Amino acid sequence: MRSAGDAWFKRIAFAFAASIPVLLLAIIVLLVKQSWLSIHTFGAGFIISSVWDPLADEYGALPFIYGTLVSSIIALIIAVPLGLGCALYLSEVSRSKTKEYIAVMVELLAAIPSVVYGLWGIFVLGPWIANVVQPFLRSIFGFLPIFQGPYSGLSMLSAGVILAIMVLPTITAISREVFNSVPNYLRESALALGATKWETVKIAVLGPARSGIVGAVILGLGRALGETMAVTMVIGNRPEISSSVFAPAYTLASVIANEFAEAVSDINLAVLIELGLVLLFITVVVNGIARLMVWRLTSKVKARP
Amino acid sequence: MIKKALGVICAGLLTASMASAVVINGAGATFPYPLYLKLNTEYQKATGKQINYQGIGSGGGIRQFTAGTTDFGGTDAAMTEKEIADAGGDVLHIPTVMGAVAVSYNLPGVKDIKLDAGVLADIFLGKIKNWDHSAIAALNPGVSFPNKPILVAHRSDGSGTTDIFTNYLARVSTSWAAKVGAGKAVKWPVGVGGKGNAGVAGVIKVNEGAIGYVELSYAMENGLSVALLKNRAGKFIRPTLDSTSAAAAGALEAEKTRKMVNSGDFRISLCNAPGKDSYPIVGLTWLIVHKNQKNAEKGKILKDYLRWVVTTGQKYAPELLYAPLPETVKNKVVSAIDGIKI
Repeated sequence: MRSAGDAWFKRIAFAFAASIPVLLLAIIVLLVKQSWLSIHTFGAGFIISSVWDPLADEYGALPFIYGTLVSSIIALIIAVPLGLGCALYLSEVSRSKTKEYIAVMVELLAAIPSVVYGLWGIFVLGPWIANVVQPFLRSIFGFLPIFQGPYSGLSMLSAGVILAIMVLPTITAISREVFNSVPNYLRESALALGATKWETVKIAVLGPARSGIVGAVILGLGRALGETMAVTMVIGNRPEISSSVFAPAYTLASVIANEFAEAVSDINLAVLIELGLVLLFITVVVNGIARLMVWRLTSKVKARP
Repeated sequence: MIKKALGVICAGLLTASMASAVVINGAGATFPYPLYLKLNTEYQKATGKQINYQGIGSGGGIRQFTAGTTDFGGTDAAMTEKEIADAGGDVLHIPTVMGAVAVSYNLPGVKDIKLDAGVLADIFLGKIKNWDHSAIAALNPGVSFPNKPILVAHRSDGSGTTDIFTNYLARVSTSWAAKVGAGKAVKWPVGVGGKGNAGVAGVIKVNEGAIGYVELSYAMENGLSVALLKNRAGKFIRPTLDSTSAAAAGALEAEKTRKMVNSGDFRISLCNAPGKDSYPIVGLTWLIVHKNQKNAEKGKILKDYLRWVVTTGQKYAPELLYAPLPETVKNKVVSAIDGIKI
């Protein structure tokens, strides 16, 4: 009887596990099939062209790829130090009750719908960025082309900041878990050797947690790449590659959300679906790179005597 | 016991589904969605027949109608000859109500600015970059404009509102027609995109010096400041329901439009219509149906519903800020509906 139960459990568990790759494969097959017209018509030129003119049926994905990557990178530049700092405070520094409140608030950030972030972005964050942040950046780093041009609340920078806030809970919560899972004897050993608090954190927490931190950052990046609504509302939706982060931009997810409902012609529809395929491809590549980093980091740690 | 309960439930479901066997399904344009929702509720109250309409966008509406997944569609942009051919060739456009596009702006202390077609096109082409430009001042004697850069706001999502607005610009400006063209999504020369009416209005609200276009009903509900536009008769007209209806009446003065309407083709343009009270940026929204209905039972209900929408149903339009069809068009539309074959 028991062995029969085990066999069934094994089969059912396998079926559940297998459903994930099957789903992913089904999505890829569908995307390729539906975008075949566009792949066939534009070929590889689609990826490097930056013309987007639905009326003339001329389409290029480059401004959207650029916008997606750059806005996500800005988000990580802001959110990684913030998120790690917050997680370190919660797991290593604070012993008081306040940390529980902060932890709850971080989780609440994750529960806010993205359209609410978008509205807040238009009416509060955007004007603040245009009136305070951008003049400040230009007054100090104005010699860099990325901080030149007219101020605007609807910009790549606004999108990056909104995304940073949205990925912050992911990065904080996961790295906190990772830090908590570092065995205590490592910290105790470091302290016993005379390390200060900061040295202990550096040697005994951040070191062993490296691969976990990379995982947290990648999960955050995954959310940033695919985020649609909030970004659409603050990025300005302009399919142009500008050297300045003060200028409006456009992302892959945004253009699909914007134009899908009203796309009538077959080619227009196929192009939008191919953009989805491109986005999926970028996500897969990013995840692949992350895997490689984690493997390299863990093998290094293990190789140490 | 359980089996018996299940049987009862199954029987119940069966009778329930049989009772509401005939449901007419439609999908399409979001612009008239609030009105159709109201109309369908009222129609069900009056007749007991259920009509569903989903606001998924004109493009999606045409696609689903062409694929045969819906009984009728809704669109703000008339189907092209090719689209009609793809849908079987027997498509009837039934105008339901009219909408206007208002030009809204944010200049504190400056009310009721006046613009004409040339200046509006030049602003959206990026040729006029600042509010203190002489061309704007010339149209507004006595008004002092600030030395502020103009921020153009447009829709980022494909939209019938954009279609009406760009159709107007393409009609009045040759350089707009050559450089940009008209459609539900175009390659904007300048400006930033906001998602939906709310997105555009949001951009205008927080940026001094911004100008953009929104549906008239949205502008009215939110009390946005709107520009008066110069019509063909040379008068500056404020966008209202009356000036929208006037545009429809004016458009029918044109020989070509009259001929189209008389032949049962209601894909008429109301942009830049003649008439001294006509607001220039006005468009129709249509329901699309097949002239030859395959399902007799559904076809009969659909015909009755459409007739009701363009006659009795029209009284619900103004309270929801849509301009009703002019009387002269109504009769023609009713006879076109009567011509649907079951």
